[in-house]
Amino acid sequence: MAVPDLVDSAAQAAAASRRPSVLRQMTRHPSVVFGVVVLVTMLLLGLLAPRLGTIDPAGIDPVWRNKRPGTERTVTLPSGETTAFVHRMGTDSLGRDLYSRVIYGARISLVVGLAVAAISVSTGLVIGLLSGYLRWLDGIVMRVMDGLMAIPGILLAIGLVSLWGAGLTTVIIAITVPEIPRVVRLVRSIVLSIREEPYVEAAISIGTPLIPMLYRHVLPNTLAPLLVQGTYVCASAILVEALLSFLGIGIPPETPTWGNIMAEGRVLFQVFPHNILFPGIFLALTILAVNVLGDGLRDTLDPRMAKRF
Amino acid sequence: MTAFIARRLLATIPVLVLVALFVFLMLRLTPGDPAAIIAGDNASPAQIEDIRERLGLNDPLPTQLVIWSGRLLQGDFGESFFFKKQVSELILQRVEPTLALAVSTMIITLLVAIPLGVIAAWRQGGWIDRVVMGFSVAGFSIPVFVLGYLLIYIFAVELKWLPVQGYRSITAGLWPFLQRLILPSLTLSVIYIALIARITRASVIDVLGEDYIRTAKAKGLPNRTILIRHALRNAAVPIVTIVGIGVALLIGGVVVTESVYNIPGLGRLTVDAVLGRDFPTIQAVILVFSFLYVLINLLIDLSYTLLDPRIRY
Repeated sequence: MAVPDLVDSAAQAAAASRRPSVLRQMTRHPSVVFGVVVLVTMLLLGLLAPRLGTIDPAGIDPVWRNKRPGTERTVTLPSGETTAFVHRMGTDSLGRDLYSRVIYGARISLVVGLAVAAISVSTGLVIGLLSGYLRWLDGIVMRVMDGLMAIPGILLAIGLVSLWGAGLTTVIIAITVPEIPRVVRLVRSIVLSIREEPYVEAAISIGTPLIPMLYRHVLPNTLAPLLVQGTYVCASAILVEALLSFLGIGIPPETPTWGNIMAEGRVLFQVFPHNILFPGIFLALTILAVNVLGDGLRDTLDPRMAKRF
Repeated sequence: MTAFIARRLLATIPVLVLVALFVFLMLRLTPGDPAAIIAGDNASPAQIEDIRERLGLNDPLPTQLVIWSGRLLQGDFGESFFFKKQVSELILQRVEPTLALAVSTMIITLLVAIPLGVIAAWRQGGWIDRVVMGFSVAGFSIPVFVLGYLLIYIFAVELKWLPVQGYRSITAGLWPFLQRLILPSLTLSVIYIALIARITRASVIDVLGEDYIRTAKAKGLPNRTILIRHALRNAAVPIVTIVGIGVALLIGGVVVTESVYNIPGLGRLTVDAVLGRDFPTIQAVILVFSFLYVLINLLIDLSYTLLDPRIRY
């Protein structure tokens, strides 16, 4: 099998000569740097939440409800000693510490964003590769995708959540379903252009079976656009999760998520705007960071797209 | 041309059928007993049986499909579980506020986004361009409800210029109507403006590189004429396409905006229906919005020949 080896080594050489420069471009792109810094910060906040001076985010305390940011109180630790505790962001109408809830809230948003991006990109990739490559499958798959795309994404997610019940898994799946057709279309369009390339023809002519061919020749071409698309999917998933929770149909209300905190603060919003303000800032900043990261990745990885927008 | 319109109309039928099929299967293919899910945790077996009966879930699947689509074609969405009246009647009652909100949002969006996009393209790389692009990234990232509360807090609570929430029909007078529509439309238009300004800028930049723009400049035409008559007209097709696709964003935004501003429209109805486990209504709202979305995009497809006479079918 001399020929495929030759093709492979040429591809590897080309990739190797390009990779360092793209990586360097990426690490120097201000959008990428901003996005990564903010996201890593949020990730650390979420991971280290118990160690960041938080208390039980679900701990209800009627005496301390609706306190403004900066209210000080003394708490008794499990060890028996008392200590001063400051409600940095105030408390909500059930007396839960808002700072703790906002910090813990980072977990759900990031988990949902990453899970939806990963699932929709991988599912869409498989469907798109097969549909772009197998003509008999293409017609059916694309009609189904057209049908799915005709239902506005948020409504589809709302409909699915209403049937499957509120919960982390159902929310993730409900947000994923409307995202899949977009990924499928992207992958399919790349496959359709790649399959006409001489190196794919060459691979077909020497009898490369379907799966290795897709894996070796077609898949690598889809990775950069998919990474960019996946970033945008992640941003939109974080947004939709917050929105569903805010409407009271997403993650159950006792779980601290940014959407839930805001839903809880809605009623008394005019008097105590901090319940909306703080989670709102965290949410907007996170989505902004993911979007900006996506723009940066697109500029460096996919220059053709970058020129268009 | 007539043949083209007929062909496009026919092509939307399979899409609409698929949408209806999805909505139909959504309930039927839900793991577990859909009637029990809709009835909730505290329902008695009799209540579950009642729901199963009312949704026709006891028949075999093909029979259900025939009955269901037959009713759908007559505009019969069944009876609402929660509001206890015909869903079609319920929807008709809620159309007006949503239509008012959508139309005013669309007007604001087009009035703001297109000039912004054109100016940004004209001054590509300049400070205006950067501000517009920055706004468009930010506009995409601020959740509609966060923005909504921010605007309420500034303009209604602090400055007291506008009412906090609510809706008045236009029959109650123009000013009370507009007064309550300003903040929701502004809120909803931000994400849409971000989208349209971005695509306007991109497609105008594309066109500005064309030879005929250079010719127009060489002829000494004023910038305004070049930008509007020569550049924007030729950039119209991609812009209008995105306006159509963006309607999906608008529909999603309507659901949230109506909840934030307490507007009794279709979006609010959607949320109430989900909270009240009112599946016939949820189904109907998804169908109505999806059909509208498909039809708007059909109209936009048909408008291409008007916008660009070079496009012939």
